[in-house]
Amino acid sequence: MREREDEWTGLMRSAMAGDDAAYHRLLKAVTPVLRAAARRGLARAGQPVDQSEDIVQDILLAVHLKRHTWDSEAPFAPWLFAIARNKLIDALRKRGRRVFVNIDDFTEILPGEAPEETASATEVTAQLNTLPQRQRDVLQSIAVDSSSIKDTAAKFSMSEGAVRVALHRGLAALTAKLRDH
Amino acid sequence: MDTDQLIRTLAADNAHRSPRVGAVLTLALLVAAPLSILIFATFLGMRADVMSAMRNPFFDMKFAVTLSLAIPAIIVSLHLSRPEALMRGWGWLLLLPVGLLVVAIGGEAMMAPAMPMSMRLMGKNSRVCLLAIPAMSLPLLAGALFGLRHGAPSRPALAGAIAGLLSAGLAATLYASHCTDDSPLFVATWYTLATALVAAIGALAGSRVLRY
Repeated sequence: MREREDEWTGLMRSAMAGDDAAYHRLLKAVTPVLRAAARRGLARAGQPVDQSEDIVQDILLAVHLKRHTWDSEAPFAPWLFAIARNKLIDALRKRGRRVFVNIDDFTEILPGEAPEETASATEVTAQLNTLPQRQRDVLQSIAVDSSSIKDTAAKFSMSEGAVRVALHRGLAALTAKLRDH
Repeated sequence: MDTDQLIRTLAADNAHRSPRVGAVLTLALLVAAPLSILIFATFLGMRADVMSAMRNPFFDMKFAVTLSLAIPAIIVSLHLSRPEALMRGWGWLLLLPVGLLVVAIGGEAMMAPAMPMSMRLMGKNSRVCLLAIPAMSLPLLAGALFGLRHGAPSRPALAGAIAGLLSAGLAATLYASHCTDDSPLFVATWYTLATALVAAIGALAGSRVLRY
């Protein structure tokens, strides 16, 4: 546990220093932990656990957009878990209005379930379609077609700087829409 | 979009660097301050006897009290803009102006009073005080909330209340140079009421706009 968290802190430091690969590794490493926590939270609240991926993606977006609030002298895990907890509580509250408590969900929490490598979520995908054309194009190109920033710039005859701006604005807009949705 | 795709997209945006919350908050307060000063200059202005008032320790004390609210509140609000931050260990900072007021009230009580206590407490400006401090606070509060939105407070209402304290502290610093009531009893009553009102507005607004 301790080792894992030290590794995360190291990766985040590298990421903040500009190492994109370290950042990618870090996000991949924390995702199964976030997913397990989201499932546990949903199960405990009597909610269907298949919504966990929406919460995971919500957490990842918040981590990304708020990473400047992380103090690089501090360990990464408490910061991450504070965001995750906040987002999970928010998500459960949001679903609270149409809550249907299934007694069976309380009995056992997902025994021995292996977390999937990746999963699709509906909310981000739905909000993606409401973004301005340019931001949507750029996000889709990088996310779905796995194009690089350079290739995306060439594809839409934009400058790389304009792609970066559209990418960041798109992610920020997506997060705002998820929050206010 | 599946989560792997999202992660790839986030990693592609890693080069983007956001400014620190402290920098955004400072800038936002600097933008808001002229509006508060404008309200001050238009409707209030400094008291006529400000030069002689400065020789009165109770006049100077007002600034010590308001700044000892504003500056710690800025520090605490920045602390709370981090998601894992706890109030524990930081709350005492906000008691600083309370301590100063207690000392000042004690000091005044030991001196031969120029006016009876009820007159010192009620003063002549209580209504202006209750109106002017919140009015001058509002631009600053908007600025503070804008700045703190850049952070990630886990308790938005609390962070909003602290934003209210910091803007009321700054507004009260301006107001103190206008007001001719220097008794710590007056400050402890009316400044506190005005500040509490701004803090309540801040908490209400914060619970909406400081969620991330």
